[in-house]
Amino acid sequence: MGKITAPMVTLEDGVRLIPGANALLGPLNKLVNWGRAGSIWPVTFGLACCAIEMMDAGASTNDLDRFGILFRASPRQADCMVVAGTLSKKMAPVLRRVYDQMPEPRYVLAMGSCACSGGIFDTYAVTQGVDQIIPVDVYVPGCPPRPEALMEGFIKLQEKILKEQFRWSQWR
Amino acid sequence: MESMAIADRLQAQFPDEILHHHVFQGQVGVSIRPGRVVEILRWLRDTDEFRMNHLRSLCGVDNARRKEPGLERFEVVYHLYSISLRHEIRLRAQVPEQEPCIDSVVGLWSGANWLERETYDLMGICFTGHPDLRRVLLPEDWQGHPLRKEYPLKGKEEWTGMTELLTKIKELDKFGFDPKISSGQAGLNPEKRP
Amino acid sequence: MTSPLKQTLEVPVADGEGEHYSLRMGPQHPATHGVLRVDLELDGETIIECKPQVGYLHRGFEKLAENRTYAQALILTDRLDYIAAMANNVGYCLAVEKLLGISVPLRAQYIRTIVCEMSRLCSHLLWLATHALDIGAMTVFLYCFREREILLDLFEELCGARLTFSYPRIGGVRQDVTAHFVDELQRFLDLFPTKVEEYETLIDTNRIWLKRTVGVGVVSGEDALALGLTGACLRGSGVDYDLRKHQPYDAYAQVEFEVPLGSDGDIYARYRCRMEEMHQSVRIIAQCINQLPPGPIIGADAPDLIMPTTASARVEAESNLYGTGLIRLIMDRELYLSGDIYVATEVPKGELGFYFISDGSNRPYRMHIRSPSFIHIGALAAIARGEMIADLIANIGSLDVVLGESDR
Repeated sequence: MGKITAPMVTLEDGVRLIPGANALLGPLNKLVNWGRAGSIWPVTFGLACCAIEMMDAGASTNDLDRFGILFRASPRQADCMVVAGTLSKKMAPVLRRVYDQMPEPRYVLAMGSCACSGGIFDTYAVTQGVDQIIPVDVYVPGCPPRPEALMEGFIKLQEKILKEQFRWSQWR
Repeated sequence: MESMAIADRLQAQFPDEILHHHVFQGQVGVSIRPGRVVEILRWLRDTDEFRMNHLRSLCGVDNARRKEPGLERFEVVYHLYSISLRHEIRLRAQVPEQEPCIDSVVGLWSGANWLERETYDLMGICFTGHPDLRRVLLPEDWQGHPLRKEYPLKGKEEWTGMTELLTKIKELDKFGFDPKISSGQAGLNPEKRP
Repeated sequence: MTSPLKQTLEVPVADGEGEHYSLRMGPQHPATHGVLRVDLELDGETIIECKPQVGYLHRGFEKLAENRTYAQALILTDRLDYIAAMANNVGYCLAVEKLLGISVPLRAQYIRTIVCEMSRLCSHLLWLATHALDIGAMTVFLYCFREREILLDLFEELCGARLTFSYPRIGGVRQDVTAHFVDELQRFLDLFPTKVEEYETLIDTNRIWLKRTVGVGVVSGEDALALGLTGACLRGSGVDYDLRKHQPYDAYAQVEFEVPLGSDGDIYARYRCRMEEMHQSVRIIAQCINQLPPGPIIGADAPDLIMPTTASARVEAESNLYGTGLIRLIMDRELYLSGDIYVATEVPKGELGFYFISDGSNRPYRMHIRSPSFIHIGALAAIARGEMIADLIANIGSLDVVLGESDR
């Protein structure tokens, strides 16, 4: 066709909007990150009390759906895992197995003091922190953290995703 | 009926089995020998005078550090309640340390099944006649009985399932997205790195 | 237990002769109310054998409590039934108060009754939300959480926390209720019965709900007692056992309320019992608000740290640190009596009992928690046998289990 005559609007560093054509021009990296951050689908891994606050965050008054966050039951369809609650040693192999079933890119949000570091349960049966089993991206402390705190955790995860560089698979 | 009256009737009916009455804050506990515990409980449940049809709880106690005289190493404590007559009693069956075994009451209350499994799991008391005595709260291959007084709070050696999992994780993390990031290294406590 | 009622559509139920298929459900599953694993032996869709496995949330409460003082172990009880945490706290406090011979002032008793009943409403709302969600009614989930948010806001105004409160303390409660709290609570009570009717219009006479719940999971009265069921599960089968009437505690003897009883023993009867209990809770809270007496909110000999209410008391506490009666009670060993007691309360899930053995020190020698959820899950094997997988989900929901309490 012809040349682009209207000036392009720079939205952010490297991303330009072509007005009239309603098209964005930018590095693939940024667009992919924007897509991933806007639709984080966590797998439901509620273990204990924090699971109730996670349900509260996803339910009526505090709505997580407006961030694009949809809870999925199967790890194969999810890209985030919110470990909410105490991880006992009996449950640790199950946690690792569910994490291994998630496809890349996958993120982990440790919700609650027990998931971050074992919490008040420094006993024989509790893993002192979920990060001994899986790599964690965002820690949300609290006992339990308020739904607003969990939303802050998700927003931090979105910021982390937006800063990623070339996180995609071997073939591209 | 008052709990003390129930204890007196128990004493009259089973004089050899009753060891001691304990009264504290209005509640009565009766220490009994473990031999005929099923018979005693059945008598309390089926006699019209008592009708103690609700087994409120069943638990094990480790008496290793208790100062009362005349107690065996372990106890199995039964709390019975009668819904129609609204009275209650506590029975403490003394179980010796060598071969801690007692008869199972699953025949009387099927709900005692899991309660006895839990007592076996955490305290190590065996229940003869139990249909399926295995661990319920801890993993099947856990070593030791945590509620015993000599078991430390943080546990003794690590559970074999956990050590296997930690070695497996080191292998699996090599296939992760970034092989340099592995579990435990991005954690809060740098001292806990493997 | 197969249902005796005839279905209009004859569903062929397998007789166990075909090849069996083993299916493991959980522990990570959207419908198991926590980390519960159920090992199933199936013939088609009929359950031949059902073996629930728990322990995936075992945190070692009882061992941990032996290493904490009575006041410190109180915070552990919040994490038992975390949906109705106040009720657990009150149960623990009653047990320790009876063990140590501490008396509770009347105002604190009324406040504890109010928060217990508010917890009952919280718990039943969440039960209804998740039970209906499992069966497929998703709107009920959103409606119930809307009301639950109002209750949690009320709790936050009262004590600052939404889920794990530790507000009832040994000897009373942590701090007094404000007039604003009472007004907001009254407004909620005026609004709530219409909301319960709203939920009932959604599912009570809904044909799908009735098909999924009537005649399913039938337990007779004697079987329920033998299995150890308590709470609404037992009352749905016709056995009148409610600890608020049998062994009244706090202010329950001073208020009037009824205990709803079912007769069929199926899921629908348990559902109706809990819905009716919500109405009765509203009644109890309204009476308690009207009868709330003035006075102190914690006993003078309570072994707990309370916030001094007047400036002079604060100065005294700071200057006389090891001489005040409060701190002395924690440190002095001979002031604690030694003996054992069992105290049970009616929490929303059933009968929660605490068996304490004290040896005269400031830490419990043994704390055993009689947890209703543990026993109910044990009963699941007997209830679900012979029914179909979909009925298993409905049964788990109607038994109202929470794994934190079950695994302790």
